[in-house]
Amino acid sequence: MEHPNYNYDVVKKFTLATVFWGIVGFAAGIFIALQMVFPDLNIEPYLSFGRLRPLHTSAVIFAFGGNALFATSYYVVQRTCHVRLWNDGLANFTFWGYQFFIVIAALGYVLGVNQSKEYAQPEWYADLWLTVVWVAYLVVYFMTIVNRKVSHLYVANWFYLAFIITVAVLHLGNGLALPIGVLDAKSYSAFSGVQSAMIQWWYAHNAVGFFLTAGFLGMMYYFIPKQAERPIYSYRLSIVHFWSLIFIYMWAGPHHLHYTALPDWAQTLGMTFSIMLWMPSWGGMINGVMTLSGAWNKLREDPVLQFMIVALAFYGMSTFEGPLMSIRYVNALSHYTDWTIGHVHSGALGWVGFISFGALYHLVPKLWGREKLYSTKLVSLHLWIATLGIVFYIAAMWVSGIMQGLMWRDYNEMGFLEYSFVESVMAMKPFYIIRVLGGVLYLAGALIMAYNFWRTIRGDVNEKEYNNNALQGAAA
Amino acid sequence: MSDNEEHKKEVDDVSGVETTGHEWDGLKELNNPLPRWWVWVFLICILWSVWYFVVYPAWPTLSGHTKGTAGYTQYKELAESQKEIVQRQATYLERFEKASNEEVLNDPELYAFAMAGGKSAFKDNCATCHGTGAQGGMGYPNLNDDDWLWGGKLSDIHQTLEYGIRADNLDSRVSQMPAFGKDGLLKKEEVDAVVDYVLTLSGGHHKDSYDQGKEIFGQQCASCHAADGKGLQEFGAPNLTDKIWLYGGDRQSIYETVYNARAGMMPAWGERLDKNTIRQLAIYIHQLGGGEKDDTYSETVPSDDTNIQDNNDPSHQE
Repeated sequence: MEHPNYNYDVVKKFTLATVFWGIVGFAAGIFIALQMVFPDLNIEPYLSFGRLRPLHTSAVIFAFGGNALFATSYYVVQRTCHVRLWNDGLANFTFWGYQFFIVIAALGYVLGVNQSKEYAQPEWYADLWLTVVWVAYLVVYFMTIVNRKVSHLYVANWFYLAFIITVAVLHLGNGLALPIGVLDAKSYSAFSGVQSAMIQWWYAHNAVGFFLTAGFLGMMYYFIPKQAERPIYSYRLSIVHFWSLIFIYMWAGPHHLHYTALPDWAQTLGMTFSIMLWMPSWGGMINGVMTLSGAWNKLREDPVLQFMIVALAFYGMSTFEGPLMSIRYVNALSHYTDWTIGHVHSGALGWVGFISFGALYHLVPKLWGREKLYSTKLVSLHLWIATLGIVFYIAAMWVSGIMQGLMWRDYNEMGFLEYSFVESVMAMKPFYIIRVLGGVLYLAGALIMAYNFWRTIRGDVNEKEYNNNALQGAAA
Repeated sequence: MSDNEEHKKEVDDVSGVETTGHEWDGLKELNNPLPRWWVWVFLICILWSVWYFVVYPAWPTLSGHTKGTAGYTQYKELAESQKEIVQRQATYLERFEKASNEEVLNDPELYAFAMAGGKSAFKDNCATCHGTGAQGGMGYPNLNDDDWLWGGKLSDIHQTLEYGIRADNLDSRVSQMPAFGKDGLLKKEEVDAVVDYVLTLSGGHHKDSYDQGKEIFGQQCASCHAADGKGLQEFGAPNLTDKIWLYGGDRQSIYETVYNARAGMMPAWGERLDKNTIRQLAIYIHQLGGGEKDDTYSETVPSDDTNIQDNNDPSHQE
């Protein structure tokens, strides 16, 4: 088929931004993890934990993850619609507009401007700007689909489109607020009390569902079959799990508010919809892993494919763990503990991070017209270092979280609490140190990747490595 | 899937499964059916949820919400899970409430109960300022020693806990050291002289200004800290001769104390904790190491020295 003149320029920019913000976000995570071990690192007021934590979460979710979604969605929509991205100027605007959003949001956090909503901390002015950028994104994406040269829409695009539209709805819903004044950075939320909490977790849970799940499933649906050079396992499964995922995810938010002022009935609905969500979530994993059937040998040789499959393994694990933790009885133990942090990171580091790394390793040589990556061995090294980092991280948080939960509820034979809160904090310290180690390994992996990309983009190829492989191949 | 007929379906060589006939950028789809186990587990999850809707409060209605057959509310669950705790405490609480302090101290079981409750309440309420080991910190007294600002008898400690120190409570203990330097009561060299004198009370070297300092101390300080500098508990005025310092014992810290004055604050815990907890706390703190004996009754129980030693943190504020 004739190769249309794709717009790779904007994809390249988003790709580089992904690597850059990833490193910033991981480093910020290590710093706040260190603050938990050494509280003296809280440099008041600008670099206190309270201000840097949203900086970390926003940097990894919206800056790293967001740029990865922009880069891959723009790449995938062109390649699977066989048409150039609609309107270069508007596409370019989404790049600079999105980076500007990241910068003003981050500056706000450090200066103490924060509307105190989880994953929606930017104040009204940044929210409005993001709305403009996001609508531009939707227009560029949608118009490219409208102009497509093929009759059917590839499954990856369903997921990307669901992600873009739903995030717009979530952002507008949860962001409703009245600014104190035109020149005042602060605002009043349109909601208060338990309604505010419910809207917030409707938003935040679906940020996980549509930003971190649907969007990255879109990525998975293109890059895994592409890298494995195999057809998608089941078209029917992709349809059924897409619609069931989209429909059920929307209602699961209340499981973040078990045992609160939220009415019992809403808690029940949140919990049951989370249980029903288990199989729709797993549908994506099954479709991804089974796509390798007939190509398992590729998995042995190709570390890029390994990244993607390990990502699916973590995806499967955390989408099982999520429904489990949503069960009221389990939640009574897990809520407010490090178990939640561990759960989030098995999803973020394992699923979102690894599927993005895999996609980036596939993208960079293609975008810059290189035959192959500078070094495949460095990809392998990145994979193992980062996997080890994740294992350290989540194992430490599981142990620490369950210990915390058990300590908080323990009472002695006379009916008094056995431990005070601060004693549980002291008991967590060793696990916080292990977590830092896990984070350092993960960042080290990302730095190796950045180096590999830099050499690849320069046009370098590690001749020795490839020659050795060729020799071994010849000998065998 | 009538669309499929428009396309050329092919059979995948590797799996022998038909494709849907679509192709994008070289990507194809196999037309495998839904995995059976996936469908079954999905259905079971849905059925389980439906069962849950029947049993538990689940769906909003015009007049409220469905109540569920189990009669569940989270208030009931809370009461249920607290029942055991309440029962365990109730065994002792009734006797504890009726018993005088003397009776508690002489009844090993009640004493153990008071200690357990006091320890638990201390760690959650007092440790923030006084430290988990009650070792204190800058501005927060060490409760393990026998150096008491406002008295170390059980009744004194109880009074301090109940009403606080300089708290917003009518019965709170109040005293105010004058800011001798800041408010111009003493000149700078007079402050210097009295600070040097105060240092001699706990073994510091005499300086030339010793006599001047002693005179100023007698005029300005002795009324609260006593002529010998050993302090008076009725004013919460600390003993200045024992090398235990609440705000630091180096010359600069003492200078700042005399110049600007100090006034530590403790909340009136009677407004926050119930009376049984306050009593348990008083008994717990009293035995930490420095509790003074009350003449009004005899104590036989707190003779377990090992227990007291464990809690005694020897690190005093310098």
